[in-house]
Amino acid sequence: MSSRENILGRIRASLHRVDGDGATARVHAHIGAHGMSARPSVVGDLTAGFREKALALSTSIDEVVNIQSVPAAVAAYLSANALPMNAVCWQALGVLDWASHGVTMAARPARESDKVGVTEVFCAIAETGTLMTLSGAHTPPVTSLLPETHIAVLRVSQIVPSMEEAWQRLRETPDYPPRAVNFISGPSRTADIEQTLTFGAHGPYRVHVILVNS
Amino acid sequence: MQLTSHQFKARSREKLADANLQGALKKLQGNFVKGRADRVAELENFPAIRDAAAAIRARTLDHLDLYLEEFERNATARGAVVHWAETTADVNRIVCELAAKYDVKKVVKSKSMVSEECALNDALEAAGVQVVETDLGEYILQLAKEAPSHIVAPVVHKSKDQVSDLFAEKHNLPRKTGIPELCKEAREQLRPHFASADMGISGANFIIAETGSTLIVTNEGNGRMCTTLPRVHVAITGIEKVVPTLEDIATLMRLLPRHGTGQTITNYISVTTGAKRQDDTDGPEHFHIILLDGGRTKLLGGEMQDMLRCIRCGACMNHCPVYQSVGGHAYGWVYPGPMGSILTPTYVGLENALDLPNASTLCNQCGVVCPVKIPLPDLMRKLREKQFAQGLKPRTETWGLALWRWTAQRPRIYAMLTQIAARVLAVMGSSDKLIHNLPFGGGWTQGRDLPAPQGKTFRELYKSARLSETQKLG
Ligand code: SF4
Repeated sequence: MSSRENILGRIRASLHRVDGDGATARVHAHIGAHGMSARPSVVGDLTAGFREKALALSTSIDEVVNIQSVPAAVAAYLSANALPMNAVCWQALGVLDWASHGVTMAARPARESDKVGVTEVFCAIAETGTLMTLSGAHTPPVTSLLPETHIAVLRVSQIVPSMEEAWQRLRETPDYPPRAVNFISGPSRTADIEQTLTFGAHGPYRVHVILVNS
Repeated sequence: MQLTSHQFKARSREKLADANLQGALKKLQGNFVKGRADRVAELENFPAIRDAAAAIRARTLDHLDLYLEEFERNATARGAVVHWAETTADVNRIVCELAAKYDVKKVVKSKSMVSEECALNDALEAAGVQVVETDLGEYILQLAKEAPSHIVAPVVHKSKDQVSDLFAEKHNLPRKTGIPELCKEAREQLRPHFASADMGISGANFIIAETGSTLIVTNEGNGRMCTTLPRVHVAITGIEKVVPTLEDIATLMRLLPRHGTGQTITNYISVTTGAKRQDDTDGPEHFHIILLDGGRTKLLGGEMQDMLRCIRCGACMNHCPVYQSVGGHAYGWVYPGPMGSILTPTYVGLENALDLPNASTLCNQCGVVCPVKIPLPDLMRKLREKQFAQGLKPRTETWGLALWRWTAQRPRIYAMLTQIAARVLAVMGSSDKLIHNLPFGGGWTQGRDLPAPQGKTFRELYKSARLSETQKLG
């Protein structure tokens, strides 16, 4: 007998599983129902809620009126923090006018040497101030991971109350489920040495959100 | 990891005298205990969320075979390969076979307690594969050739100065003294490994039946690196980690970071499903998932089943007065604290960890804070009963108890003996009314004092109080 059969056999014996008792159907029905458990209520304005929680996670936030204003905001952020004006971005952002704001932008996946990565997000969670990104041909996860600075473009309409709503939205996507779903809550950190919080463990030192209002 | 649980008492004595460790453990209480309390207070309906989390885990265990089959079906449909391992040796064998199959020279690892159960690094190194731990704490331990002392903060027992010395020696670089500089140095040392590794190994905090996904929570981002950059990803986890749906993950994620590190949420939650898709520019080409039994099925269906609800948050150890005093190494295996006092004897044999179920005051702090409502003290008590029933208790203890039972059933003799004892002990007490060294009870008075009795037994006092009471009434 294979290990698989042995393990499942031991489980069935311990649980006194009887074939044909309808348990399989109940399990499928339970999964299919996607039932929600008790959760905290997320009240008030979602954007304000997201902003407060994200700031508490050491994410910084800027706000712009429309997507065309993003390059100017990125340029301003980079120069204010004395960061390089070279960056890489996800494909959809490549069409924006970066050059006239002094940013040299390459629309390709980030590599080891890239210092700034600009991405969009799939959605954001107000309850915790979290960004949710999906992997895909044009949305490579490396761009939010390898560079020391991650800038995320978030549209106000993408903010949902809680993780439950984020999962519901995910189920409606054509490529569901993607290879990787990454929830990002602020810059990478560690407290392994003497329990002292330090940023930039392996991932970005900075996470900056540009909130697009329209 | 090598088992040394039988040395619990000796190692505890060592640890109590370790000033460095004692300072770190104090700080842990401040950070993790207070952090948990603050974060839990943010949830207005915390008791209901905790009930729900416990119910999710309990429900899954009651249907474990079916949820595992569902998980396997969905994971396989998305291009992952699921392996079943009955023992930790099987895990090592499977990983080494995969390493050979894919011609793997170097492995980067993100923190996995299950791989510690297996002593996987030793097996891989014996097979000629280089293994690099990438969680900062685990990396430090790998350099120092030490074992983790906490499941969430593995290197909590080490001081910054010790890390400075270690890095200076192993990296051959000028000695750094600031914590940010030390972290940066580790980052720079590890970065090239992520890019050059052939295989990434991770654990899984949960696996999701609905989608066939594995999920890891990290703060550093090394978990994302290990599961994104190498061409092979192997996730190793216990069979009990399955949950039915993504909604269940939302509930559990409200509790795990709060109870683990006192965070509302961890920096990264990464859910991976299947291998790299055709058009993807990153992600592993091969994704293997290993499900370990390793003693878990022994807990199913019996009075210990509740233990399998554990989500490995570490709150029980952070709140345990015994862990707070001796730290994790004294427990002698992968899992310390109350959860370890139950898991170690059940996974590696009660006879190999006799002290652990007794390393508790049964104060129930652990049971109160456990996010999935595991009645840890009850389970420890059950293990003690089992020890007794199997004759695993030391002779002196069994005889002592037998003697006590015999006298307790004979009130006159009992009264006489206790009268003598109360008087003798009263005389033995020093000026501060404490007995510092009890003959035949040295083990007890070695670490604490026994308050000396007043000289009369309770029954004597009760009798005379009753007498004066009736005289007054009369
Ligand atoms: S037993 Fe409970 S408190 Fe302890 S690690 Fe497991 S889930 Fe956390």
